[in-house]
Amino acid sequence: MPLYLTDDQAMLRDTAREFMAEQGSIKAQLRHWRDRGCKDGFGHGLWKQFAEMGFTGILVPEADGGLGLGHVEAGIVLEEIGRNLTPSPFLVSAVAFVEGVKGSAARERWLPGILSGDIVAAVAIDEGRKHRPEATAMRAERSGNGFRLNGAKSFVVQGGSADVILVAARTGGSAGETDGLTLFAVDKEASGFGAASERLADSSMAARLTFENVEVDADAVVGEVDQGWAVLTRLLDAGRTGIAAEQVGVASGAMDMTVDYLKQRTQFGRPIGEFQALQHRAAHLYSEIEIARAATLKAQQLLDEGDSKAELMVSVAKAKAGRTATLAVQEGVQMHGGIGMTDEHDIGLFMKRDRALNELWGDANYHAERVAQLSGY
Amino acid sequence: MADLEAFRSETRAWLEANCPAEMREPMRDESDYCWGGRNPTFKNDAQKRWMDAMAERGWTVPDWPREYGGGGLSPAETKILKQEMARIGARNPLMSFGISMLGPALLKYGNEEQKRRFLPEIARGEIRWCQGYSEPGAGSDLAGLQTSAEDKGDHFLVNGQKVWTSYADKADWIFCLVRTSKESKHGGISFLLFDMASEGVSTKPILLISGSSPFCETFFDDVKVPKDQLVGELNKGWDVAKYLLGHEREMISGMGLSGGSSEALGTALRDLLADEPMLRTDVARFDVDAIAFRAMSERFIDELKAGRAHPAQPSMMKYAGTELNKRRHELVMAAGGASALEWESERSKGGKAAREWLRTKANSIEGGTSEIQLGIVAKRILNLPGT
Repeated sequence: MPLYLTDDQAMLRDTAREFMAEQGSIKAQLRHWRDRGCKDGFGHGLWKQFAEMGFTGILVPEADGGLGLGHVEAGIVLEEIGRNLTPSPFLVSAVAFVEGVKGSAARERWLPGILSGDIVAAVAIDEGRKHRPEATAMRAERSGNGFRLNGAKSFVVQGGSADVILVAARTGGSAGETDGLTLFAVDKEASGFGAASERLADSSMAARLTFENVEVDADAVVGEVDQGWAVLTRLLDAGRTGIAAEQVGVASGAMDMTVDYLKQRTQFGRPIGEFQALQHRAAHLYSEIEIARAATLKAQQLLDEGDSKAELMVSVAKAKAGRTATLAVQEGVQMHGGIGMTDEHDIGLFMKRDRALNELWGDANYHAERVAQLSGY
Repeated sequence: MADLEAFRSETRAWLEANCPAEMREPMRDESDYCWGGRNPTFKNDAQKRWMDAMAERGWTVPDWPREYGGGGLSPAETKILKQEMARIGARNPLMSFGISMLGPALLKYGNEEQKRRFLPEIARGEIRWCQGYSEPGAGSDLAGLQTSAEDKGDHFLVNGQKVWTSYADKADWIFCLVRTSKESKHGGISFLLFDMASEGVSTKPILLISGSSPFCETFFDDVKVPKDQLVGELNKGWDVAKYLLGHEREMISGMGLSGGSSEALGTALRDLLADEPMLRTDVARFDVDAIAFRAMSERFIDELKAGRAHPAQPSMMKYAGTELNKRRHELVMAAGGASALEWESERSKGGKAAREWLRTKANSIEGGTSEIQLGIVAKRILNLPGT
């Protein structure tokens, strides 16, 4: 398979690009909800529109009523989301959650609502400041036919808006071990469940969740008891690749805005884009973004093919896209000069989103470490 | 598809029968390259047999037309040949600036007589070519070149000096940029071919920091060049030169992947990194960039084949690939420590690590510096205003 978009994929990209630029723009969505202090940080109307466009069903198998497409297609939508900083539950609900519940009993209950854009799903894994899935300490003990959950989760993106939370808990082993983990799909109405939302620097919402003797049935289990690591890795790798695509979009959006500015802004009697000091930095940034985009597409294709090298490439893509987006937003603000420091200008919003995306499900250091381990050093 | 499968099995059988065992071992260093030429030096008999066998089928240049000594293969067939060669680890039968640089330019800009005269002998490895581009006063500003070719009626009279001429002391012919008009900077340049054995041509190797001398200074003192050795139109040589540079950049950017190994650098250096956490971090970050760049190379080649690549994309590839290669060798040296500093000892294979490290420093200078490539990307891809 050639490493560029097929004709069908290019068509989806054109559709997504047009849709997101119109309906998902910074003015229409990010600033709109931020300036109103919205408790969800995104618009449910737009989420319904995502469903009408078919976006929410991209990764849902055809047998379950979805489009049965792959990570390349999900990434196409995410790149446009990144370019417009569009706040939506797409990444956590339509990518990570959907990938996680594939083939499980929970899918019958929750996928229809995601397909129609009526519900939001979240994924709760981390418990500390940094991404350490194997450090999961939250307990799940057998209770009757089901399990009783006790513990806390942090940095659960859109956890306060979610109708269902896919949560990683320990049914065996101890913190630091990959064995003994189990995933549960927990209804927000469950007794003993609590969510406290926090607004983050990028105006997105994340929650701290608490579970106090939350009782769930056996059919809330996603995957095998004690063998949750495999499902967890699969859903995380789908999510990480999705974030890489979103960051390529963030980087491209920031670069386009910056290159336009270099052509318009005049100092010393000429456009500042004539200065070689800025030209070379812009060209270096372009080069890094092209490489990040190629690595991300490669990871998506390998995931779609079920290739054994996908895991390595996912981490390469997340690390590369993360570093590249950080370079893009830093260069963006610096090259805009004073105006780049104002809230009125959009370039600073790119910087905030990049920081949050870097932190989610492993930053560039985490994934460089994973590349080293997978490469045997 | 059935035809392609038949082609694959025929090719596989032919390679099995004709590629000598010695030519299936990985090349150890540049001394294993086969360059051909008028007075060729072969490392062993197998090297010559392999070059001749491939040339006989036109497979030293599989995608050139048959009438010019090529194999006349389609892109799909060429890809299969490359895959089948890679499968048995077959070496490149012939390294040649004639193949990688001059040939494509002649196919596009040469007249019929020139194509029939020069291309077949390139394909057969009979003539070794060198490139006369840079001059002492014309490096990054290549179009500022001063070597002149004066019109003397039935011939040009060439005078001047070139520098950084790769293997000029071993080459048989040169493709050379000369000034045929002072009226216009870019519009006064012509593209000439001539024999290095011509009277008035002399060369002087340049000793480099790596201790080797792959480049020469080349001097022209009243060299007579027949007029039918002008490629393209008079004063339009800059177009030919730019086209050829695109091919050179593709070739050099490929060096970012040199060794042909898909192994991560850290895997190769594993034992040396065990007690070096900071270095291990640097290597891991390098591997992220290197594996990502490998994906970029795959994408670039796929886009080139499909005619989708931006015409200035080779500049981006050359920049990124060469900077990466320099970083790789810095890390190899750091991991090797004091052992990697040895310059002559047997256990260091004559200072292999250090010499290769120093060689890579030229990657981002030759064929247009990194700064020149960034300027091209800024102007032609990002459309930034330029002077």
